[in-house]
Amino acid sequence: MTSGESVTVAADRKRPRGLGAMLRSQMRNIAPFLTLICLFGFFAAASPSFATLDNLGNILTQISVTGIIAVGLTFVILCAEIDLSIAAIANVTGIAVAYFTLQDSYVNIANVPMPGWAAILLALALCALLGLVNAFGLTVIGIPSFIMTLAMMQIAAGVSALLVRGQIAYKVPPLVTTLGSTSIGGIPWIVIVAALMLLGGHLVLTYTRFGRYVYMVGGNREAAEYSGLNVKLILGSVMVISAVCAGIGGMLGVAHFGSAQQNEFDTYLLDSIAAVVVGGTSLFGGRGGIGNTIVGLFVLGVLNNGLDHVNIDSFLKILIRGLILLAALVINVYAQKLRERAVE
Amino acid sequence: MPRGHQPILELHDITKAFGGVEALRGVDFALTAGEIHGLVGENGAGKSTLMKIIAGVHADFSGRFVLDGKETRFRSVRDAHAAGIAMVHQELSVAPDLTVAENVFLGSQPTNRLGLVQWRRMAREAGEQLKRFGIDVDPTSRLGDLPIGLQQLIEIARVLFSGARIIILDEPTSALSPPEVERLFATLKRLRDEGTSIVFISHFIEDILRVSDVVTVFRNGRKVAETAASETSKPALIEAMIGKGREALEETYTHDIMLPPPTDQPVVLNANGLTLAGRLREVSFEARAGEVLGIYGFMGCGQLELARILFGKIKPDLGTLAVAGHPKAFRSTADARRSGIAFVPESRRDMLFLQEPVYKNVSISILDRISSLLLKPSRERAIATRQVEQLRIRPAAVDLELGMLSGGNQQKVALAKWLSYPPRLLVLCEPTRGMDVGAKNDVIHIVRDLRAKGLAIIVLSTEPETVLSLADRVIVLKRGAVVREFANEQISKDRLLEAA
Repeated sequence: MTSGESVTVAADRKRPRGLGAMLRSQMRNIAPFLTLICLFGFFAAASPSFATLDNLGNILTQISVTGIIAVGLTFVILCAEIDLSIAAIANVTGIAVAYFTLQDSYVNIANVPMPGWAAILLALALCALLGLVNAFGLTVIGIPSFIMTLAMMQIAAGVSALLVRGQIAYKVPPLVTTLGSTSIGGIPWIVIVAALMLLGGHLVLTYTRFGRYVYMVGGNREAAEYSGLNVKLILGSVMVISAVCAGIGGMLGVAHFGSAQQNEFDTYLLDSIAAVVVGGTSLFGGRGGIGNTIVGLFVLGVLNNGLDHVNIDSFLKILIRGLILLAALVINVYAQKLRERAVE
Repeated sequence: MPRGHQPILELHDITKAFGGVEALRGVDFALTAGEIHGLVGENGAGKSTLMKIIAGVHADFSGRFVLDGKETRFRSVRDAHAAGIAMVHQELSVAPDLTVAENVFLGSQPTNRLGLVQWRRMAREAGEQLKRFGIDVDPTSRLGDLPIGLQQLIEIARVLFSGARIIILDEPTSALSPPEVERLFATLKRLRDEGTSIVFISHFIEDILRVSDVVTVFRNGRKVAETAASETSKPALIEAMIGKGREALEETYTHDIMLPPPTDQPVVLNANGLTLAGRLREVSFEARAGEVLGIYGFMGCGQLELARILFGKIKPDLGTLAVAGHPKAFRSTADARRSGIAFVPESRRDMLFLQEPVYKNVSISILDRISSLLLKPSRERAIATRQVEQLRIRPAAVDLELGMLSGGNQQKVALAKWLSYPPRLLVLCEPTRGMDVGAKNDVIHIVRDLRAKGLAIIVLSTEPETVLSLADRVIVLKRGAVVREFANEQISKDRLLEAA
């Protein structure tokens, strides 16, 4: 039977050619990168102390905790879900690891000292458990992730409060102290950990079957289900990954800051979401990745750090960050539309 | 009869391109007052694109657009509405959570002097309008609770009674039962006699010939013929559509077909007493290897739900499934896939990843067979390339984004994803809906090949032609229950319709 040939050829569509079409479909990746270059150029011109090697090191250190948390969040947003509990889970995990470590006598916390490895494992188990609760609520009960993780945010904050009861703990296991607050060969361990986790996240998303499933579930959940994928399992997994990444970020963050206390990570929720979205990962799922998150991290890092260098009203700084985030969201949604039009 | 009047709408030399591909090339089109103008052409021939230009959906085109003798340019659908042009699109676009009356008056609710909506008046007038159209429903019921066919009729009714003087209907009959089609045609003719101009797009050429005054044929972005409906015939139109004599390809199935004697191949799927509240009542059947089981019924007869139960997407309230003799209770579609069941839903969008390349669409359902942890893209591409060749998917480029392919080719990709590791049972919903003659024929051949390889296949359709062209055995569903089984006997479109 050759008759199909002529008919289907008639209905062929060719891929749009040309630079314009290419730029349109790549807008999501290009815009954040241009933003980064512009910001960097601006601050380098505005302040002589900005574009130095020392300061670059500062920026890297400053974005590390956000970077570790953002790895897991990237998975979640790629699935077109959201996790609002990451900062609270980071906080409670950091507090838990201190809670299970022997504190100095002046710290007034009824804690349960354990060997360092046990404290770390218990803290990891705690954040994994909280992630599982998120996963259960989202997939089995069917609570939208926005609401489920909002509740989890409160629950994790509650657990934090009960553990420290308004006090501050200082000691964490030696391994955590080393990774969180020391350097090797001039490079802070926390930067290395963040880089390794970002690399790991990238490898999983790009080269594994699970990573492909994450993109497909985010791209078209209905189609993923009709293709016989276990969508609930994948969604549940990304919630657990997100919670565990947040927990690791929390533990190292506590060591990095030198203390574990309530509300220590509050700004990290917005920063992590901003990093992922500013980098160009689609809020509608299925597009973007760790590469985008890295660019987003640098945009935020350069912005935060640069504003300190140009001697700006510190209250205005908050407003400027908000405006930059808004601009990134506009680009994110606009890029989606351009892309859809390019496909049409 | 209304020919020769002054056209109210004239399009001259219309060209429209999407991303460098010309969907329309120098098309002229004219519409006179009080005519029904039929449009035919294969998928991707440019019919819908032209109509979307008229309805103001596409504002970016070249050529002249003359309405009432004045050159005009719509910038939006709103402009077109204001000029009295309305369109019913191929895809259902209703608000399922609003009431029937709210849907009928969507965007033009009657209000009193204070600007408050007159609910009672709205319900009464909606009910009257629908009754004129032969639809008797409670206007205060939620639209989403009605069968899909009825929803489509209500959407058509909304546009028909909106007071528009130019009405465009894109494939309005695909989800309708024959009596509903009759009512639609009667209404169209009445509106025409009152002076409304109607453009009617359909794959059903008999429908086009029955209802139209003039027929225009599109092929490959060009207008290739325009004749009075009374002066043409189905074979002539098909020939114009596809460019050569292919009328033999599309069977009309008005004559009797002899179904083959039952096969003694092993039973692959056993469905026993499947019941779903309000949708299905004790549906039992079996599907055998090397056999195509057709399940026919009108829209809303429960076949969509039945198909989803077979693939683990919904759980039945009662009843059991057994695959190759082993009882199964699917907890997810992944369970069903692992048991060797494959599923193609009736809507392409629900099945495909349009933003992903073709090869990822083909490999998604078999990834766990070709890779345990790490992906093997070269292997995926090789498998996809083989499928693309076998199914004659065009263009044959596996790295192309799927959204760039035409509808019929996308549908073939939806099939391709299941064929590299053939399942035991393939469940196909409306496998040829919206396809052109050639693509339809390709699908028929693919299904027959699979049957020859020993797959059990279940084809669910609301189109008698689809079932008749594919099935070896047919069961008829009516209001959620099996009412008739045709096996080893004479069958025809008439008998099928009669049974439903």
